[in-house]
Amino acid sequence: MSRYPVRLILVLLAALAIVALPAASSLEAQGKGTIKIATQSPLSGGQAALGEGIKLGAQLAIEKFKGNLEKMGYKVELVPFDDQAKPDVGVANAKNIIADKDILVVVGHLNSGVAIPSSEVYREVNLAMVSPANTNPTVTDRGYKNVFRVCGRDDVQGVVGAEFAAGTMKAKSAYVIHDKTTYGQGVAEFFKADAEKKGIKILGFEGTEEKSNFDPIITPIRAKNPDLIYFGGIYEQAGPFFKQAREKGVKSKFLGPDGMDSSDLTKIAGKHVVGMYYTSVAGPVSVYPQAKTFAEQYKKKFGKNPEPFAAQAYDSAAIGIKALEAAAKGGKAPTRDAVTAAVRDVRYTGITGTIEFDAKGDPKKALYFVLRVASDNPEKWGDNKEVKRLTIAAPAAKK
Amino acid sequence: MDVQLLIDIFPQVLLDGIILGFMYALIALGYTMVYGVLEFINFAHSEIFIVGAFVGVEILLTLRSAGLFDGVPWPLLLLLILVGGMAASGALAVAVERIAYRPLRTAPRLIPLISAIGVSFFLQDLIRLVESIWRNEFNLVYPTMDVLNHRFELTETIDISVKSIVVIAAALLMLWILHLLVNRTTIGTAIRAVAEDQAAASLMGINVNRIISLTFLIGGAMGGAAGVLFGVQYGLINPYSGFIPGLKAFTAAVLGGIGNIPGAMVGGIVLGLLEAFAASYLSLLTGGAFGAEYKDIFAFSVLILILIFRPKGLLGEVVRERA
Repeated sequence: MSRYPVRLILVLLAALAIVALPAASSLEAQGKGTIKIATQSPLSGGQAALGEGIKLGAQLAIEKFKGNLEKMGYKVELVPFDDQAKPDVGVANAKNIIADKDILVVVGHLNSGVAIPSSEVYREVNLAMVSPANTNPTVTDRGYKNVFRVCGRDDVQGVVGAEFAAGTMKAKSAYVIHDKTTYGQGVAEFFKADAEKKGIKILGFEGTEEKSNFDPIITPIRAKNPDLIYFGGIYEQAGPFFKQAREKGVKSKFLGPDGMDSSDLTKIAGKHVVGMYYTSVAGPVSVYPQAKTFAEQYKKKFGKNPEPFAAQAYDSAAIGIKALEAAAKGGKAPTRDAVTAAVRDVRYTGITGTIEFDAKGDPKKALYFVLRVASDNPEKWGDNKEVKRLTIAAPAAKK
Repeated sequence: MDVQLLIDIFPQVLLDGIILGFMYALIALGYTMVYGVLEFINFAHSEIFIVGAFVGVEILLTLRSAGLFDGVPWPLLLLLILVGGMAASGALAVAVERIAYRPLRTAPRLIPLISAIGVSFFLQDLIRLVESIWRNEFNLVYPTMDVLNHRFELTETIDISVKSIVVIAAALLMLWILHLLVNRTTIGTAIRAVAEDQAAASLMGINVNRIISLTFLIGGAMGGAAGVLFGVQYGLINPYSGFIPGLKAFTAAVLGGIGNIPGAMVGGIVLGLLEAFAASYLSLLTGGAFGAEYKDIFAFSVLILILIFRPKGLLGEVVRERA
């Protein structure tokens, strides 16, 4: 008997929710309707630190720039989706996204391996995807009209890494590890190909999905003693690998792509990664003069420093809003087709520089950085020193 | 092919494999003991194992934020997290048996199996939920104890770290205690009696339910110890870290002959060695055609071969027919 009232209250609450929710939303829907901007990034799991940064960056941009659209009578909303860094989850979310007619722009993803199949779904309805972080060349090389990115590409990033390894680090030999994902293996192969051209001897090229026990991979590496270990992958796997390698007495220098770019790398590997280098398509907030206020606002609102790609997500969402405004001009409701066409014409100076898209959806000029891990304190990830900066145009699509 | 290199790394790979093998052996005990008494595979054991690792890391992190981490001598710390992890995992295993398996004891054999898989998923996400509310973290990092990372150079190409010695010593010690417990005490006799024939054991005045709970307690505690050692050795855990080692340990139990305690140890070590050698040598021997990612395929191919010629596993005995 004692359980009965609890159950009754629960039923009542549920009933109330069912009745109240549509009522509330129909109240808000006055005016011309709602425009939704979706984000897709990993909000749970090992890469949630970066994925959440993407969501929060977009959220900040929407809050800042939605004024014009609201004046036109639209309500602007952010709908965050969690792709869990898994291709199947990303595609399932994408299907939900295209089913919601109010969603006119997607900001995402973090992982190229998730963005590529998901963008196939967006393409069915010509829904614009502006990516803050996907670097695999295939993302834009397919030539889809609805796919854009504000960052650089791995075929350039791998080369930048190889150049740095040969030129500045003076490496004569390298061992390449990758995580077998589209992104990780892709960038590792570009690194390997160019490093060989520059006379670096590749002592091994190994893919692994292992997340905890790297002993059997490290033993041959230690015996071969390469000058450099390149890890094509993401920090949650590279962190334990680097840590175990140093603990096992490996002396080689470490280098990695932008997947290393998260404060979680030092949280996991601590002092063992201090002094290592990584290339990135997203410089730390400190290298962009315009990003200072962004970083302050972000910290004030969310209580933490922006993770890498948060600024890129901010710009991606801002580009989306600019395109929405252009498509909504003249009073007619913006359609997905109109927004997608408008993104191509956006010329936008944001916090990560001036962005213009070429015919494939790549930025006409992209920045590439080489950075050095400065401290074993995750709080100080933003202080990582920029060692080198290059502005490189996107290569033409290869057939 | 660089023959000298292959020879040089041999002892190190052997050592890596033995460490991994002991870890598998400790986890495999949980599977094999439960199978021994209930002829049922406790698929939730992989989560019981990782709970031990989480309890260990939580104790260390709590001590560190209380400022006690550096003051306490490391053997005491290790003992503390081992006991904590074993207690938590053992208690969890008993609770899981009481809640999810005992009500299904008389049901057809597939039913508790499904229940076990359900418990496994439930526990994975429960750990994730608790950790995200409690620490807002997915990956938890074991605080480094510098002493444990100290390395002894045995020769120029082989060295061993303190923590590897600790893992091997702890595993050996626990296996020895378990051996004494099962073979030299009245409780052990009761466990073996229940495994042989529940009805007859019950007629001899053995409380079967208590013995089954005890079996889960011991198996869970071994799993918890393995979890703590796993965390200390590899440094990083997340709520899903238990799944793959659990699957491998189950394989090890089958390889050694499921239901057979020494078999679990042998199976664990054989599987650990196979995996380590495959991961280190495959790419060297095939000139990069097969890399370390094929280690599981190699290890499981060997498993299939062994089971073709010895269907009961390496040390397996004929499975008793139930009356």
